Amino acid sequence: MSNAATAPAIAAPVDLVNVQVNGTWMKFPKGMRMIEALRQVQVEVPHYCYHPKLSSPGNCRMCLVETGMPARPALGQAEVEKDEHGFAKIMWSPRAIIACANTVSEGLGIRTESTLTKEVRKGVMEFLLINHPLDCPICDQAGECRLQEFSVEHGRGESRFQEEKVKKPKNNRIGPRITLDDERCIMCSRCVRFMDEIADEPVLGFTERGSHTVLTVHPGRQLTSNYSLNTADICPVGALTSTDFRFSMRVWFLKETNTICTGCARGCNMEIGSRNDIIHRQGPRDNNNVNSSWMCDSGRLDFHWVNSERRMTEPTVKENGTHRAAPWKEALEAAATGLRGLQPSQIAIIASGRMTNEELFLARRLAAVLNIGAENTDILPRTGQADNYLVHADRNPNTKGAMLLLTPTPGQQLAGIRERVQSGQVRAVIALRENLLNAGFTADDLGKLAHLVQTHVMLNDTAGFANVALPSAAYAEKRGSMVNATGRLQRLNAATAPPGQARDDWEILRDLTLAISGQNGLYSIEDVFKAMAAEVPEFSGLTLNAISDQGIPFLETKETVPLLVREAERKAKGIIVG
Amino acid sequence: MIQYKPGKEPHPKEHRLIFKNVDRVDWDTSIERFLKEGGYEQLKTALKMEKKAIIEEVKTSGLRGRGGAGFPTGVKWTFIPPNNTKPVYLICNADESEPGTFKDRYIIYQDPHQLLEGMTISCFAVGANTAYIYIREEFPEGAQILEKAIAEAKAKGFLGNNILGSGFTLDIYVHRGAGAYICGEETGLIESLEGKRPYPRIKPPYFPAALGLYMCPTIVNNVESLCHVKHIIQMGGAEYARLGTPRNNGTRILCVSGDVVRPGYYEVQVGKVTMGEVINDLCGGLKQGRKLKAVIPGGSSAKVLRADERFNLKQPDGTMKEIGIEDIPMDFDTIAACGSMAGSGGVIIMDDTRDMAWVLNNLNNFYAHESCGQCTPCREGSLWMKKISDRIVAGEATPEDVAQLETIAYQIDGKTICAFGEASAWPTESFVAKFRDELITHTSTKKRGQIFNPVTKVAAAGLKKQPA
Ligand SMILES: Cc1cc2nc3c(=O)[nH]c(=O)nc-3n(C[C@H](O)[C@H](O)[C@H](O)COP(=O)(O)O)c2cc1C
Ligand code: SF4
Ligand code: SF4
Ligand code: SF4
Ligand code: FES
Repeated sequence: MSNAATAPAIAAPVDLVNVQVNGTWMKFPKGMRMIEALRQVQVEVPHYCYHPKLSSPGNCRMCLVETGMPARPALGQAEVEKDEHGFAKIMWSPRAIIACANTVSEGLGIRTESTLTKEVRKGVMEFLLINHPLDCPICDQAGECRLQEFSVEHGRGESRFQEEKVKKPKNNRIGPRITLDDERCIMCSRCVRFMDEIADEPVLGFTERGSHTVLTVHPGRQLTSNYSLNTADICPVGALTSTDFRFSMRVWFLKETNTICTGCARGCNMEIGSRNDIIHRQGPRDNNNVNSSWMCDSGRLDFHWVNSERRMTEPTVKENGTHRAAPWKEALEAAATGLRGLQPSQIAIIASGRMTNEELFLARRLAAVLNIGAENTDILPRTGQADNYLVHADRNPNTKGAMLLLTPTPGQQLAGIRERVQSGQVRAVIALRENLLNAGFTADDLGKLAHLVQTHVMLNDTAGFANVALPSAAYAEKRGSMVNATGRLQRLNAATAPPGQARDDWEILRDLTLAISGQNGLYSIEDVFKAMAAEVPEFSGLTLNAISDQGIPFLETKETVPLLVREAERKAKGIIVG
Repeated sequence: MIQYKPGKEPHPKEHRLIFKNVDRVDWDTSIERFLKEGGYEQLKTALKMEKKAIIEEVKTSGLRGRGGAGFPTGVKWTFIPPNNTKPVYLICNADESEPGTFKDRYIIYQDPHQLLEGMTISCFAVGANTAYIYIREEFPEGAQILEKAIAEAKAKGFLGNNILGSGFTLDIYVHRGAGAYICGEETGLIESLEGKRPYPRIKPPYFPAALGLYMCPTIVNNVESLCHVKHIIQMGGAEYARLGTPRNNGTRILCVSGDVVRPGYYEVQVGKVTMGEVINDLCGGLKQGRKLKAVIPGGSSAKVLRADERFNLKQPDGTMKEIGIEDIPMDFDTIAACGSMAGSGGVIIMDDTRDMAWVLNNLNNFYAHESCGQCTPCREGSLWMKKISDRIVAGEATPEDVAQLETIAYQIDGKTICAFGEASAWPTESFVAKFRDELITHTSTKKRGQIFNPVTKVAAAGLKKQPA
């Protein structure tokens, strides 16, 4: 949107108002918060307490700006003085007002770089710092601390404070995942409001008063919410930190990768912070159609296994009852060989709702090449409790994709496949990313198979039965797409490389198909997507790139996100900006 | 003829309206006593009036709020959105905690039905069916007296359902405060009443008349303001407006404390007595052999006035007139024109034995302790000012510290959520400006740069210096 007023049109349309920003007249929607209007024209107003998804208490006072209202005709005066654009002269107020809670109105003037604004900012900044520890070198927030950032820009550079600072509790474990340092807290109340307004567990609050105010957890309570880590994200300083992440890595060393969480069908948009192929933390990315600005703790912390010792790192083949490591070529050949003599009805594919669309598409090709029937193709459903916030009952991130690409009725074939394994009708199973022992199969069942091919990221018990076990890549190590519960097509991106010889699943599937049928032509994940788009009408016209970091609406599911519904209500009431 | 207790007789320059029954012989808080004196007659009159007409009378009366800001009460009542469909609440602010102010408590302790009658009329006028009396925590007996008075009024049909057959229903609840000064700030009070910390709300958007208690239109008025409503109905707005001086109508209770012979409460017509008359006539003058040094005219938050200051004031005819402190008529506008405020009516008199560094430190102590801590400038600035003034009193400050103290006050003033910011800054602003030399005599040119006020040392030790 271009806000610059090209011609001085006095009569703005009903919904737009003329506002002078640092000397230039612009148009904004009436009633927009000043801070958001300014953001739209790339004027950043420093702020701490304001968060578009939370109510605005206006407590930090960092966003104070000089403003003025249009002059009104004095008694007996017909006209007011006009500027060269024909707008009424602005009567600048000697009192700065907060940009976060005040809205734009016709004829308003805002000065964000004036002497008054600068002086006020400097003053507020000084107050914020006088009782602050100022030990950034040993603070974990350093590098992404708003206090640090704004004080460089707006502070006075030296301290006038000669008194001893107020002492407060430090290193306080207020919940299983959060550590609080009260001396660093600037009392912006973002965390308090988050727990109250978003998480509905108002366990955080302030005690004492004045400069002795202390953020704390309610007596006898802990910050146990499954959304607790969001408070550390929105804490502008190093007061609330993730116990898991703190002091594990300086944030400026972290590489950030935009991807999605695969913990459930919500597909929360997520950023992975990694360094040298090690994941150090994960956090939410804004997406107002998926997860707003939040994610659950369980999804966010479910990454330590990615870099763990329990990863499968090399292909193995079973010979005379024992497993040995084998080169990829040999392992794939062994996998294909075991399938060759069998009838299509003797082979089953059990794939996973954790696979990407691209992988599922290749699994479908593999099934086609082997001529495997629908009754012998399925995925393993994975369910849990929905939480009325973000966590979805469907714990598979891509059930919707699997339904579209592989099996319209997930889980319906599993029992039949198992019966046919027991009766000897099915002789070979290709298990993709699933531990069959968790899918209703027993060790006895697996012992009956003539041939078991398995791909997986972790060492598991099924691998013990597998004739060929192929190590594949974790969610953080691959690109591809998934469809979430509300039907949004979203993209995964690779933050780290797979360990050892583990390979991306799509490559494994391509090569397995190749080993069986000799067909090929796919050189990249983009190629896979292209092939999928050619074959599956829903994807036609799309590319992996077109999905972008925000995803695109893809399927109509009629599902809503409880947390987003409530945010929309608060937005409609004007409580939050949204 | 009303008889008052010996030694408690009103001064001839007083005009007793609100305090008519305070310190009366043969007076008690029972409803029977109140009814004998024509009690609840104005309620009967009001219930027969149009609501709009009552509001008009209050507007005509020119009544200005007695809680501190002096805002016209009738005008405030019209701020309830005309298309409102939510319930309307009325809150009586009985938190009386501005240092130097002690008037509301006498109304509550000695004449509770006057307040209830004033409130009931006001509720009827603004359309409130539920009202609260938010009473300061430190008035436990006052709360009991009010509870009893409410029960009596209810039994007699002056409160509750269908009051006196008018169809109007009103319930009044007494809510005891939380022991904090900030609970008297109207939006902090509302938060407290809602069961939360009394963190004042930002205005806009939370103007109580539109978005008050439970986000419903809410009228907050001071105890004394609400009592005046009864008398406005009795006298008629125009007649009431004849009391006092133009734009400063009616009577108000001055609470005089400090270095005078007879400190106490004096109800006078607004602007009809001067500061000099307050000190010399009403209060019997200064103590023997003392000289006036300074006056805080409207509660601790008001800017101090120096005894030898000269004020150049614009007269109604446009001419200028220079006056001294004793010539200041005790009204809202003149005291404001003199650079201070009439505030809550708390007049604090200081004579030449008072050490201004000590006085300022005492005030700064109060504000540092009472800042709610919600917004940055007041939270941090008020304690910082206290710590510096601690050092001034203790002789550990330099002249530059005095200058710094002043800049801190201006860094708070006008930057905060609520008026407490100004309330905490004005004492420092005015004391430093007006008594700079005296403050500097407490300082030395010791080296700066060391850390002062270690927590282990009670910094307020300097307070001991002051004579009893
Ligand atoms: C810090 C602070 C403390 C206040 N304390 C009181 C108080 O104790 N009693 C009171 O009536 N008003 C107090 N006020 C003023 C109220 O906010 C409000 O303006 C007043 O109750 C309105 O009543 P009135 O219009 O009848 O004066 C205080 C204001 C501030 C800023
Ligand atoms: S802990 Fe952080 S988010 Fe919470 S009030 Fe303090 S500074 Fe704000
Ligand atoms: S709600 Fe689901 S997708 Fe979102 S973070 Fe939690 S587990 Fe991951
Ligand atoms: S000005 Fe002071 S008392 Fe008022 S909200 Fe801010 S911190 Fe609280
Ligand atoms: S951002 Fe804190 S007051 Fe506006």
